[in-house]
Amino acid sequence: MNSLWAVTLATLKKDIRLEWRSKDALNSMLFFSLLVVVIFAFAFDPLAEESRHIAGGLIWVAFLFAAVVALNQTWARELRNQVLDAYRVSPAPANALFLAKAVGNFIFVSVLEALMTPLFVVFYNLHVLGPAWQLIPIALLGTWALVVNGTFFAAMSLRTRSREIMLPLLLFPISIPAVLGMVAGTTAVLTGDNPAHFYIVLLLTYDVVFTTACLLLFETILHAE
Amino acid sequence: MSDVPNNAWPNNVRPAINVHNVIKQFGRFAALRGVTAEFDAGRFHAILGDNGAGKTTLLRAIAGLAQPTQGRISIFGKAPRDACRDLGYMPHPSLLYDEMSGMENLRYFAGLYGIGGDDACQAAIRAVGLDPELPRPVGQYSQGMRQRMSLARALLHDPKILLLDEPFSNVDVHSAAEMVALLKSMRGAGKTIFVVTHQASLLEGVADEFIWMQAGQIVNRTTNARTAASVRAPDSSREGAP
Repeated sequence: MNSLWAVTLATLKKDIRLEWRSKDALNSMLFFSLLVVVIFAFAFDPLAEESRHIAGGLIWVAFLFAAVVALNQTWARELRNQVLDAYRVSPAPANALFLAKAVGNFIFVSVLEALMTPLFVVFYNLHVLGPAWQLIPIALLGTWALVVNGTFFAAMSLRTRSREIMLPLLLFPISIPAVLGMVAGTTAVLTGDNPAHFYIVLLLTYDVVFTTACLLLFETILHAE
Repeated sequence: MSDVPNNAWPNNVRPAINVHNVIKQFGRFAALRGVTAEFDAGRFHAILGDNGAGKTTLLRAIAGLAQPTQGRISIFGKAPRDACRDLGYMPHPSLLYDEMSGMENLRYFAGLYGIGGDDACQAAIRAVGLDPELPRPVGQYSQGMRQRMSLARALLHDPKILLLDEPFSNVDVHSAAEMVALLKSMRGAGKTIFVVTHQASLLEGVADEFIWMQAGQIVNRTTNARTAASVRAPDSSREGAP
């Protein structure tokens, strides 16, 4: 157990250090989501009331597409010089690698969200009518839902020839319940029409189920040829 | 065919690795075709053969990275993945992160083996003739330095068995000679060493046996590098079942 957390922490530190030096994932995610915000702002030019109804969908679609960029980068750096083989021949637990990658992606996508959310608020003239604090659990649980499955499917598509296409094909369908929860929950808070509790519980359940499934299956994926 | 039978070594030498009827297929292509061999502990084994002979696949199977389609491999009586602490693996790619320094790389890999502190990392880097204080990222190393750092990574946890795939490729003559001397000293310290190479002459007088592979099979085991390839024959088709 000690080894699980020690290796998870060491791998997480290593990934953050590599990202800090290369900024591959963060730069591409930021650029991509900035484009989405600006293009949608020019395309729709909505009133404040309309914004509250569509902003939830726009925000999460932008984050979902941007996250795919980061998820592909996560494993791509393990393929350079076949570094993943060094992990595979070591006694380190497979789940430590998965947890570190998932937590790393969670941090990167959360940084993106923290930087982009103020821009969404400005561009779409958003005023929250419901309890604003509920956006925090929706954002945290929603982001984890995206990255936990994304990390798993990115690892699964690692050895396929067109892995950058394969990841969205695998990830998007399975993320539909989570995306529905994130979008509906965010819209409920922004408009203040409905309580968002149901969506928070939905996201929490989704996260528990898929985190458990990914942890159980990851060792098979890691050692697959 | 072989001038070194499996029981040629003294009785006190026990087999480190037992390969029994291993077949490895990639689709219809058989990379290994029924390889059966015992490799003694504390010996230096040089694996030779033409490109595509199955040398790298055999090494990957021993390292636990390639699961045999049929047959079994045991290392000191254990399955390869259970014996990972006994194995040090250095393939042709460096298995290092280009953006990190040598010391940062080794510190991370030491953590995977539960090795704390910098002592083991520094010792491994010094053993291959590099400077642990070198701040340059590995991506800016020369090919020879990268090969040495990769060897340091394989040595880090002091494994009993070293599996080295083409350690002398792209390395200058002087560095190659230094690496051979290092391997010789490790063999003297009781490690079992496997080197896949096309430069058999470098290992003359150092390796205990030369193993010639061809078409996915071991076809000759000898103590003489020059006679290892004497059985070379035209490669046969390896499509379909072995």
